Amino acid sequence: MSRLTEDNVRVAHEIISRYPRPRSATIPLLHLAQQQDGYVTNDAIRHIGELVGATSAEVLGTATFYEMFKFEPVGKYLVNICRTMSCALMGGEELMHHAEHRLGIKAGSTTPDGMFTLEHAECQAACTEAPTLQVNYRYRFRVTPETFDALIDDLAAGRLDSEIPAHGTVARIRQHIPAERGVGAVPPEDATNAPSWMTVAEAPK
Amino acid sequence: MTGTTYTHAPGFVAGDRPQIVTARFQYEDSYTLERALATDGYAGLRAALSRSATEVHDEVKAATVLGRGGAGFPAGTKWGLTPAGVWPRYLVVNGDESEPGTYKDRLLMERDPHQLIEGCLIACYAAGLSQCFLYIRGEMALAQERVAAALNEAYAAGYVGRNILGSDFSLDIVLHWGAGAYVVGEETALIESLEGNRGMPRLKPPFFPAAIGLYGKPTIVNNVETMANLPWLMRNGSAAYTAIGSATSPGTRMVAVSGHVKRPGVYEIINGTTTFRDLLYGEEFCGGIRDNNELKAFVPGGGSAPWFLPDQLDLPFEGRLIGAAGSMAGSGAVMVMDDTTDIPNAALTLTRFYAHESCGKCTPCREGGTWLMRILDRVVAGQGTHRDLDQLLEVGATICPGDFPHASSERLGLAAVPFPYKMTTICFVGPSAYTPVHSALTLFRDEFEAKLVKRTFIPVTAVSVSETEAAL
Ligand SMILES: Cc1cc2nc3c(=O)[nH]c(=O)nc-3n(C[C@H](O)[C@H](O)[C@H](O)COP(=O)(O)O)c2cc1C
Ligand code: SF4
Repeated sequence: MSRLTEDNVRVAHEIISRYPRPRSATIPLLHLAQQQDGYVTNDAIRHIGELVGATSAEVLGTATFYEMFKFEPVGKYLVNICRTMSCALMGGEELMHHAEHRLGIKAGSTTPDGMFTLEHAECQAACTEAPTLQVNYRYRFRVTPETFDALIDDLAAGRLDSEIPAHGTVARIRQHIPAERGVGAVPPEDATNAPSWMTVAEAPK
Repeated sequence: MTGTTYTHAPGFVAGDRPQIVTARFQYEDSYTLERALATDGYAGLRAALSRSATEVHDEVKAATVLGRGGAGFPAGTKWGLTPAGVWPRYLVVNGDESEPGTYKDRLLMERDPHQLIEGCLIACYAAGLSQCFLYIRGEMALAQERVAAALNEAYAAGYVGRNILGSDFSLDIVLHWGAGAYVVGEETALIESLEGNRGMPRLKPPFFPAAIGLYGKPTIVNNVETMANLPWLMRNGSAAYTAIGSATSPGTRMVAVSGHVKRPGVYEIINGTTTFRDLLYGEEFCGGIRDNNELKAFVPGGGSAPWFLPDQLDLPFEGRLIGAAGSMAGSGAVMVMDDTTDIPNAALTLTRFYAHESCGKCTPCREGGTWLMRILDRVVAGQGTHRDLDQLLEVGATICPGDFPHASSERLGLAAVPFPYKMTTICFVGPSAYTPVHSALTLFRDEFEAKLVKRTFIPVTAVSVSETEAAL
């Protein structure tokens, strides 16, 4: 159970500063918390509420709407196998059966060693490359039982550590707006003039 | 000519056709600022900044850039719908791509983030939008990394931020990312999500984003591909743009063809004139149905679109024509089913998707979608009855009362019912749960009937006690 670390609070403030209203940072901060702890803890929810000016209940309400946020530990690798139409037409269901046998668990559960969590996923926007899966949101295309097994072996042996970070980290590159270049976010109440480049006054419609 | 593929752009197939949004895909390093600048990058922005905002807006209007996110509304017209004199105005770019079958925005973000950034700059300049939020689907790690890196480069080089290229045009583009919820792709839900809330759609009226959007201010929501068209348009002008494609659907369009074809792929096609037959059978496209099987049916425009039959193969990919024929061009996603396809099961994979993705705000969608999924599940499992098939249609009628669009069929003697439908829900998720059920049941009812339980009822009066005992 942990609040955001000092370093992450700095990142959080940078993220918050980009939005006209702090609450817009809620989802990015939930990702930050999940990156820190692997899942979203109650303390992190409270802390995010303090940072963005919302109650814990509001943050929890937002968090529970979105599938990527987990509220208890999941495996180091979250394996999502697509089951929507294009993948189903190309053998997605069979792939899931194979995965369940290979990992010895049913979809929706985690291997006893805490390495793999297996889940059904919906359309992953890679439909021409069906059947697809994601491991911690990194793609594998046209997956066969053989390539699935090789993937699991590689992950278990740590051979993909440089490509696939542990669950919680999505993008490893963050946007950073240099202070001298950024315009800065202004609360909507304080930005009621036309932007400077809109020279022609608008006639009321 | 069978098209060129690149290992660095999985799924994309280049052909001997005009490339408005994919020209840079051939380069392995297409996502870097260096490559962008070596290949006309930000020249469209320079062209735009050399003219007044109104002139740029007029140019986009003249080109009739149709929205590529689903509804096909002209971008230039949309930008003009903000109430006069109300500021600030925002741009929210929809990179939530999750409509079943759709695969194009992710490629555009991963392969050419600078083109997207340039498009956003042009739109904000033309429409007077003072901040841009680029909302990328949560599950797209690589797209988020590529866009973040590109924004960092672009800020450092003076293409984004304060006084862009030394002009008085200043704009922040903020990378925002979701966390997994299909319905967030709906524009008002996208705004709710960007405000930090549960991503549930708002009721229109009054919440038309152009009038009351992000933080209650006028907001333009546009798709990633729509934005990606703008740099080319600014470099080449609206006359060159409308010279490609058809009069009602100018330019090109990204279309993903998936399922049972020989070469599934993402193609930049000439808008409005390329037919489904070209796409499915043409040598430069998919090259035919896999194993030379027969085509059974196809979904023309994403999982929400009513299904087409081989009867519709000669239709061009053109929004109005597809609408009149009973479906929609939607998000440019064609899903192909050959004659080995188990149709009820295929319909289930879509209905389950929409039932699962319902946000729960409207009862007909929340309850109806789940009912449809459960009944269909039962039928697919071989445990359905005739009553179940009727019930599917009854539940559907509570979501979409009245005639529901469908394709024409010579085999069934059916005439087309044109798009759209009436609906009792706030957004299209509810109707979309019904669409595959309705299409499949209307066009392939015999396949459902073949799955029903076969019970033979022996009338009680006709059976003597001794017969019953003998049976036991
Ligand atoms: C349930 C639902 C999901 C949608 N998902 C997306 C999406 O993922 N990406 C997108 O660009 N548009 C999506 N749309 C359409 C948007 O609401 C909106 O019309 C579009 O982003 C506008 O951009 P355009 O005019 O450039 O097409 C969706 C609509 C609905 C009803
Ligand atoms: S139709 Fe479904 S997803 Fe859309 S607002 Fe209503 S309940 Fe939510």
